[in-house]
Amino acid sequence: MVLTYVEYDDGGVDDVSLEALTLARDVADAEGESLEAIAFGADAEGVAAELGAHGVASLTTVDHGDLDGYAPEGYARAIVQYAEESGAGTVIAPGTDRGAETLSHVAAKLDETMAAEVTDVDVGDAYEITRQRWGGTLIEHAELHADTNLLTVAANELSAADTGGDPAAVSTFTPDLQPSDLRVKLDRVEESDAEGIPLAEARVVVSGGRGTDGDFSEIDALAERVPNAAVGSSRAAVNEGWRPHDDQIGQTGNKIAPELYVPCGISGAVQHMVGCKGAENILAINTDPEAAIMQKADYAIVADLHETAPAIAEELEARGHAE
Amino acid sequence: MEILTAIKRVPETGAKVSLTEDRTDIDTTSLGFTISPHEECAVEEGVQLVEEQGGNVTALTMGSPEATEQLREAIAMGADDGILVETDGEKRGPVATAKAIADEVDAADADFDLLVFGNESADSANHHVGVRVAEELGLPAVTGIKELDLDGNTLVAEREIPGGAEVFEVDLPAVVTVKEGLNDPRYPSMRAKMQARKASVDTVAAESYDDGLELVELEVPETDDSAAEILGDSPEAAGEAVDVLEELEVV
Repeated sequence: MVLTYVEYDDGGVDDVSLEALTLARDVADAEGESLEAIAFGADAEGVAAELGAHGVASLTTVDHGDLDGYAPEGYARAIVQYAEESGAGTVIAPGTDRGAETLSHVAAKLDETMAAEVTDVDVGDAYEITRQRWGGTLIEHAELHADTNLLTVAANELSAADTGGDPAAVSTFTPDLQPSDLRVKLDRVEESDAEGIPLAEARVVVSGGRGTDGDFSEIDALAERVPNAAVGSSRAAVNEGWRPHDDQIGQTGNKIAPELYVPCGISGAVQHMVGCKGAENILAINTDPEAAIMQKADYAIVADLHETAPAIAEELEARGHAE
Repeated sequence: MEILTAIKRVPETGAKVSLTEDRTDIDTTSLGFTISPHEECAVEEGVQLVEEQGGNVTALTMGSPEATEQLREAIAMGADDGILVETDGEKRGPVATAKAIADEVDAADADFDLLVFGNESADSANHHVGVRVAEELGLPAVTGIKELDLDGNTLVAEREIPGGAEVFEVDLPAVVTVKEGLNDPRYPSMRAKMQARKASVDTVAAESYDDGLELVELEVPETDDSAAEILGDSPEAAGEAVDVLEELEVV
């Protein structure tokens, strides 16, 4: 059996979890095994229909009073106990902070290794896995030798295909937890006082780099003209102190997957492109026709961003796209 | 307080990567080495905490003797001393790395209050060394942290989520893995770099452990480098740009 840890919220199953299910389903099909999911928290059974549509045969919701809030070791202990009881040969998690953290604990508790950032698995005596390194600028082919195969799936790499199955059958599982499993618990969630749409949720991201010379006013103004748009920046702009690190797009910053990415005055260094490779379309604005971004973008304007961004904002207004 | 920061020697980030002939490693003949970016923040945080509270920061790395260079970088940033867990250049996976680091933490003279790791290394991105060390040592771990404070003996750590932050409170001793953005790592002065050359670095041999994840080969992925459709070479291309936004139905 292939067991997948899934995350969800009021809007349903998290996108990265659905992507993880795409890989999990392929592994389960190749092994002729069933695909199961495990989820934590109240109302987890509410996502049974969505999980079923993504190939999940059964959903186990973890029922334990001490796991009403996120607790990485508690989650891991529950997964270990359920995997051992149900005979799961493979446990898969989405490549989110929680997915990586929880599965790392699972790996340590089982004294197994774990393959992170996986994009493909060839099932055999040992799993032949393909995984990302350097944020995806390098691909590793490796063999995973384990009694229980533990994988996290790289985010924004696989499409979350709906296969149209029946709702997953729901059952509950109550783990036996020790105090040491509950040393780390989510204490609270603090809302950001930053205004606007988070980068991860924006349909359009307008971003500035060294070419802004520190002036992001035109970038901000253009983003304000576009519905569901957010402002990002390159590492160079962050290093110059022009923008906070929270705005950084790149290997060690935000990884975004908008419908349109508009890098302005950004050359397109490898580490930056790692952060925006999930973008469906890229429209670059840059004065340098030889910049690397010109090979990565779908569309480009070879001109000064300080003149071009306001011109686009004006044209949007002229055509009635006023926000 | 006693703080340990674990760092890794990695090829310069941002460089164009090419592979060795046997495709099992990055060709570093024309590359420099550095501390992984998340781990630079781990060192900076350790140094800042000790500046505020007093104590000692030890930088630890596992790797070849050349990794002493990165320990000296950490010492130049303000770490007090360094430990090299030496592997004689043999590649170690995350399981073997975590067990060897835990061995050394156990064997070290200091009782560490806080162990700070990068969330994942820039090169191999295995994500689980910090957590495994915590599990080996029986310590709590919080990961992916971008803000960190101490309230007496309690670590208050924040992890970013869309629209806000998750906050964890954990009693010390503890392990934390951090991400870039936690702080702004300092550039060491020339004087600090000179002094770091003379600082003491202990070297211990790493025990061998099985790993379970066996590298077969690396590959540089093919990228779609077809040139962009040029909409224009002046701001007058704004009309074409808005046509694109309309076609994509994002306005």
